[in-house]
Amino acid sequence: MDWTALSVSLRLAGLTCLLLLPLGLWLGRTLALSQFRGKPLCEALVALPLVMPPTVLGFYMMEAFGVEAPFGSAWQSLTGSGLNFTFTGILIASLVANLPFAVQPIQRAFETIPPNLREAAWCSGLSPLRTLLRIELPLVWPGLISALALTFAHTLGEFGVILMVGGAIDGETRTLAIAIYDRVQAFDESGAAVMSAMLLLVSFLTIGVVYGLAGRRRWRRA
Amino acid sequence: MPEPSHVATDGRLAVSLQQAGPIPLDADFHCEAGELLALVGPSGSGKTTLLRAIAGLYRPARGVIRCAGEAWFDAEAGHSLRPQQRRVGLVFQDYALFPHLNARGNVKVALDHLPAAERGRVAEQWLARVRLDGLAGRFPGELSGGQRQRVALARALARSPRVLLLDEPFSAVDQVTRRRLQRELALLREEIRIPIVLVTHDLDEAAALADRLCVLHAGRSLQQAPAEQLFRRPASPEVARLLDRHNVFTGRVVAGEQGRRLQWGPWLLEVAEGLAAVAPGQSVSWYLPPSDVVLHRRGRPSRGERENPVQGRVVEMAVLGGITSVALAFDHCDDTLRFELPTHAARRNGLARGEGVGVSLLAAGIHLMPDAPVTHPESPHR
Repeated sequence: MDWTALSVSLRLAGLTCLLLLPLGLWLGRTLALSQFRGKPLCEALVALPLVMPPTVLGFYMMEAFGVEAPFGSAWQSLTGSGLNFTFTGILIASLVANLPFAVQPIQRAFETIPPNLREAAWCSGLSPLRTLLRIELPLVWPGLISALALTFAHTLGEFGVILMVGGAIDGETRTLAIAIYDRVQAFDESGAAVMSAMLLLVSFLTIGVVYGLAGRRRWRRA
Repeated sequence: MPEPSHVATDGRLAVSLQQAGPIPLDADFHCEAGELLALVGPSGSGKTTLLRAIAGLYRPARGVIRCAGEAWFDAEAGHSLRPQQRRVGLVFQDYALFPHLNARGNVKVALDHLPAAERGRVAEQWLARVRLDGLAGRFPGELSGGQRQRVALARALARSPRVLLLDEPFSAVDQVTRRRLQRELALLREEIRIPIVLVTHDLDEAAALADRLCVLHAGRSLQQAPAEQLFRRPASPEVARLLDRHNVFTGRVVAGEQGRRLQWGPWLLEVAEGLAAVAPGQSVSWYLPPSDVVLHRRGRPSRGERENPVQGRVVEMAVLGGITSVALAFDHCDDTLRFELPTHAARRNGLARGEGVGVSLLAAGIHLMPDAPVTHPESPHR
């Protein structure tokens, strides 16, 4: 059992969720509530990682992270280090790859809130921020939970993008999914089986906890 | 419009809004503290838009909204208070209760200005005031339509608003509940001395609840008056039509030996007031409330029959329980004259379709509308 790979996977999935949550909330809410000219384009861009083959997405990310590319060179001059074959690199790639999983459920959830609930909150004296915290967030909670669950599970299983951007550096970019592939390549099927079972268990537990959290609320009965 | 003298003007809501589009508006009205003003008009007449503008949820292109001496909106000065600053209580048509909060929680949302420890108690007090004691723990999904409306009303009032806005508040409940809620609103009015603006398309509801009605059409305010006055003295054929009043006709003012008369077909009608303002020879639209049509009894002439007698032909008789609605046609015009009488009286007089009958048009009821165009949109003249 490769505990280091498991720890990299969990760290990557956790951080992806943590960072995508505010971004997904802002983007999902904006796309749900506002009408602007470029909205279909924005929605298409957000959904793009969903339909792109992971290796293709990984390839473009790898190219963008290179020191010749504007993004890669800017990062290099800002931080003094490159992105390819680093944990930060696969984290950024993971953020991009998971954007649709985080944004879309949140957007759908915000779209189901009747606009007059927001207006009723304003007329009751709530500021836009308090309206968000007391009225909107509780109502989009299930959408938020499913965004987190999808992002977490998808990151645990991500293979193509991570391999292209990060390779398989032990303790840095070798996630459990990649470690399983390595074991199979080395004809260590029993090792692969243990790790696969572990990934299955972690995925199942995550989803279980998360759906338990979303729960069926009393007010949803009606 | 004469000012009602018995109410204070210091809490008054005054609205004057204009814009060409996208929703055309040209509305002027006011509502005193303690007064209930009904905005009536067909769907799409801009009623809800005006209410939303008062609440600060919609910003028209031009105009002013003032409440209790404070400017809430002044387009020219670029001034517009946010909904949170206006202190309005708004009851939405579908109530817009927060589904994840119980009744107490819904009311508490509007009590943020109180110390946290007091909010629960005050929310319960408001719920008790709208007769929902014991239901504070129920979620909106667990309440009936009428109960939801009361929660919405409690929430709207909890913030001690300076104006209460009601958007078709009785449209989503059954008839029995509606009557009860209307009765409760009438009682509640005695306790809250703020302007109340009620939006409704139900004329009976408006007439029953409101001190004054403001008739709207395509965003324009056409007339403001108490119901009785509106129904007897509509400002124009358009208002009459919007108020579902029939009996709008066109006549000509003539000067005869006994003074001015209203010529309508072959008849010269006496009119109690208004003739002096119209020059002889001029065409004028006029209206007669159905209550001012008196049927001539067959075979038993009575004194009132000498007042503006006219002869018509029954073209429609609809028995609506104890009341029969009768429409008379005349040879000289397309319009029919409608009036109602007790069904037994219709039977006793042998009224039947096709029969000729005589009626008197009471001079006091004839209302001239000289400022309005003379054509009646629903029945163009030959």
